[in-house]
Parts: sequence; C-alpha cells; structure tokens
Amino acid sequence: MARAASTRRKAVFTIIGWVAGLAVFFPILWTFLTSFKTEGTAIATPPQFLFFEWTLENYATVQERSNYMRHMTNSIVMSVGSTLIGLLIAIPAAWAMAFAPTRRTKDILMWMLSTKMLPAVGVLVPIYLIFRDWGLLDSLAGLTGVLVMVNLPIIVWMLYTYFREIPGDILEAARMDGASLRNEIIYVLTPMAVPGIASTMLLSIILAWNEAFWTLNLTASEAAPLTAFIAAYSSPEGLFWAKLSAASTLAIAPILILGWFAQRQLVRGLTFGAVK
Amino acid sequence: MGSILLENVSKAFGEAVIIPSIDLDISDGEFVVFVGPSGCGKSTLLRLIAGLEDVSGGRILIDGSDMTGTPPARRRLAMVFQSYALYPHMSVRGNIAFPLKMAGENREVIERKVTDAARVLNLTDYLDRKPGQLSGGQRQRVAIGRAIVREPGAFLFDEPLSNLDAALRVAMRLEISQLHQHLKRTMIYVTHDQVEAMTMADKIVVLNAGKIEQVGSPLELYRSPHNLFVAGFIGSPKMNFVNGIEAEKLGAATVGVRPEHITLSTSDGLWEGEVGVAEHLGSDTFLHIEVKDVGQLTARVGGEFTVRPGDKLFISPDRDRLHRFNEKGAAF
Repeated sequence: MARAASTRRKAVFTIIGWVAGLAVFFPILWTFLTSFKTEGTAIATPPQFLFFEWTLENYATVQERSNYMRHMTNSIVMSVGSTLIGLLIAIPAAWAMAFAPTRRTKDILMWMLSTKMLPAVGVLVPIYLIFRDWGLLDSLAGLTGVLVMVNLPIIVWMLYTYFREIPGDILEAARMDGASLRNEIIYVLTPMAVPGIASTMLLSIILAWNEAFWTLNLTASEAAPLTAFIAAYSSPEGLFWAKLSAASTLAIAPILILGWFAQRQLVRGLTFGAVK
Repeated sequence: MGSILLENVSKAFGEAVIIPSIDLDISDGEFVVFVGPSGCGKSTLLRLIAGLEDVSGGRILIDGSDMTGTPPARRRLAMVFQSYALYPHMSVRGNIAFPLKMAGENREVIERKVTDAARVLNLTDYLDRKPGQLSGGQRQRVAIGRAIVREPGAFLFDEPLSNLDAALRVAMRLEISQLHQHLKRTMIYVTHDQVEAMTMADKIVVLNAGKIEQVGSPLELYRSPHNLFVAGFIGSPKMNFVNGIEAEKLGAATVGVRPEHITLSTSDGLWEGEVGVAEHLGSDTFLHIEVKDVGQLTARVGGEFTVRPGDKLFISPDRDRLHRFNEKGAAF
C-alpha cells in the first residue's frame, strides 16, 4: 500500500514538475517559433502554434540591418571581462572574509548585499554623469567596469560560501610549509575551490550577458551588446514581433547553450552550502 | 638548531583568557609533550609557537632570536596536524615537495629529498596517488614526510594520532619515536592521551586551565607529582584518592595510592572491601573494590587473579609509596 501511494505521489509531482517547467520554458519556445513566422502570422488571432508557413526571412533582415557579430563580440568581451576582473578582486576578498574574519565581516557582507537591494535607476544619473565627464559613454571599458561593480557582491558572496567549506587547517599547513599569502591563494586555495570558482564564473557570465539596464542606458552603437541589439527591434514606429523574436533568439542562443552544458555546475553552485 | 624559549607568553581571545602566562624552556633535540584535558590550552600554546596565532603578551625565542612577530613561514618550524591537512588536489609527491617548492629549491634537489623521505616513511609505492586514495596511517605519514623534507629546526605535532584506530596509533607512536631518535631534532607533541605522553616524551609539560602544573620526565611525574591534578592525570588506571578520616589517620588531607601499589590479602590488611567489577586483561587484572569510609578503590594485580563480585578482600597500600597532599592539593 505504501508503495502504491508513493508511486501516485511521484506521478503527481512529476506532472506538476513538467507543467511548471513548460510554463517557464513557454515564452522562450514562443519567441523561437515566432522568429520563423512572417510579421503577419506573428500577430494573427487566434495565434498559430506550429502549422504556419516557416520562413527564415526575419533572420536575413536582422542580419542585413544590424551587425550581429559585433554585438555578440561586445557581449562576450563584457561578460567574460567583467567576470575575470570580478574574480581577481573577489577571490582575495572572499579569502579574507572566510579565513581572517573580524567582528565587522558579517556587516560588510550584508552591506555588499544591500547594494543589490537598491534599484539601479537610483544611481543612474550620477553614473551617467561620471561616464559623460570621463568619456566612458558607449565604451566597452566603461561598461565592463559597471558590470564588475554590479556583480561583485554576488561573486564575493558565492565564493565566500565556497571558501568556508575549505578546512582552515590546510591553509595553515601551507603557511607552515613556507607559502606566502600569494602562494597560499594560488597553489592551495584556488585549486581546491575550482568547482566553486567555476560555478561562480558561469553565473557571473550569465548575469553580465543578460544585464540590460546599464547596457541600454550607457551604450549607443559602438559598445552595444546583444541586449541593445534586441532592444533595437522593439521600436516605437511599429510592432515587428517576428524580427524582435529573431533577434532575441540570436541573443539568447549562446548563453542558453552554455547554460545547458554547464547546468550541473550551475545547480551545484546555486545550492552549495544549503545541504552539507 | 631548535631551542625554544617562552617568556611570559599569554593569550586571550577577547575577554576569554586561554593562557594567563607561561614560561618554558625547551632544549635543542628534546621530545617535549604537552598534555592536559581538552580545553587546557595545549593546542593554543602550540599554535602560538608555530605563529598561527599571535600572542597577547610575552616573547617567543627560537634559537635565541625573538620570533614573536615572525610569520609562521619564517620560523623554520614544521607542523603535523590532527586532520593531516594534506593538499587534496596534489599527489603524495606534490604534497611532500610543496615546502621545498615554496623554498625555491631546484628540481633535482626536490626530487632527491622527496625520494628519500618516501623511502624512510614507506611511501615509495604511493607517490603518485592522491591523499583521498590513502589510508589514515599513510596520510599521517605523508603529513610527516611533508614536515621532514624541510629539515626544520623543530617539529610540532598537534594530536597527530587522534584520528587513527588503536592498533595503528601504537604503531605510529613507535614510528614517531624512532623518527626522533633518527633525526635528533626538537619535537613538541600535543596530546590529551597520557599514555602517548609517558611513552614518547623526554619531558612532559602538564597543562591545566592554561597554566603549567608540572614539568618533568615521565618517571618524575609518575613518582613525585606536585599536586592532585598531576597525580590524577598521569598513570593508568588513575591514582586512587582517599579523603577524610582514613586520610587523616595516614597524616594528610588527601592520600593518593596508585592501583599498582596496593597489596591484596584474604586474611588481613588496612582496609576491608567488597569486590565490585573485575577487569581481566590477561597480563593484569583491575579490581574495583568498594571500601567502607574510603570509597571505591582500583587495584592492579599482575597476571590472572580469580575473584568473584561480592568477595571480601583486605587492602593495604604500600606505605612508602603513598602520596600525601595538603588541603590545597599540593604534595608534601
């Protein structure tokens, strides 16, 4: 009896899981399908699901009208660049917080997190003015810098959680073995924390890739990443659902593929420390 | 090469004073054991010597030079941790070579020293394994190998055998003693196990609540403990303590008598008691005897001793081996 009940429970949970999963995935699927429709079918009522005339016309138009490869390169430079710089700052910071905490460490961590609670638009004007005065508007360097600052609290927090799981004895052993602080971090801490650093890196790349507020506000054309490329197709002149969808599909494809291959690392990263 | 002098060393974590003030002189080549109950500050004291903790006051001199503020890497000390603290991502070879690599030795020197250490410690066949693929005893040997390749002035051991099973512990104890005879270097060894202390040490430092209770050779501590704490801590089974009127008859506030210094008889003796539990070890028999007005006494009898619970026995402590203590617990 117990077994039968548990099978039924399993079936119910499986169905709920699938429904939830499909609900979350549906917008992406719909965007993908719409990108193969003509502008006419894209806004047709009732909406057409699979049986319409498939066309690649939108992709051709999008390629013609904008330089996809440049936006993509910008996205890669920004997301990977900001992640690497972020890690360079966050690894020593998280080391200090995890292995040499003071009474204020918890406060500093909370303060860092609190910057994420502030709506970004609250600091838009000062940052915009600084960018204008320093000539950073529409530059990859400026944007990368902003993304470092935006994602740093999350990177530090994640690494801090990982580092806390590493036994302090091992770092002390390195110190006794004559390792300087730099060598201790390079030869002992970092290799031991590779899984943690990898998932932090992935998450940071994804967050930077998808970041739209700052990229839209601080770039125009030169440094515009894929987010700006999508936004260019939601114009006030009219609705171009199909083209917008084609641009979106092109923009999310790389990160979706990366995420798919790295899903195990990501899940481990997001739930790390929750269960011993 | 490895003399260590502690002058007025103290340590406090915030309000909590772990070590009020300690003076201690460790000569070059000595095997010193810090022993005491958990929380007595013995590990903290070792970590202060290592430089892994900063002292709150006092000075630490190694080979005559003040090292109080010197970082651990530059004190020329090596440490073996209770958890082994091996680098899990490096092979055995990488682990043992690590301190040499940090010291900037060239490749041939590293290779030769690692090979030598592996031979001494029977690790030659395991050099390419990762620590995760080794048994507890092997891991401990890797930790020791990592310590010896640097040829440090002194070795620090922080309860290195606590994670091993009983049989392995005895074997490793012997190995460490042999290593000491072979290397002739200063070793400071922290343990809560008085048997380890008695069997390995040239000099035992008994610690209690951050204070040194007594310093001496194992037999000095066994024969003439300065106070009740040392008397009760050194020796196994524990020394019997007798208080009250029976102690007064023997001229002290408390009288201590070791289980092996008791004579048993079925006909006559100082005290009469009833056998409770008898533990037969083969080589020895431990009898727990309930004596009226005295309490429970433990007696150790060599070989096999046939006795049943409830049997009546007469007990006489050896008069010339009694330990007498005053009201404050000090021996006289």
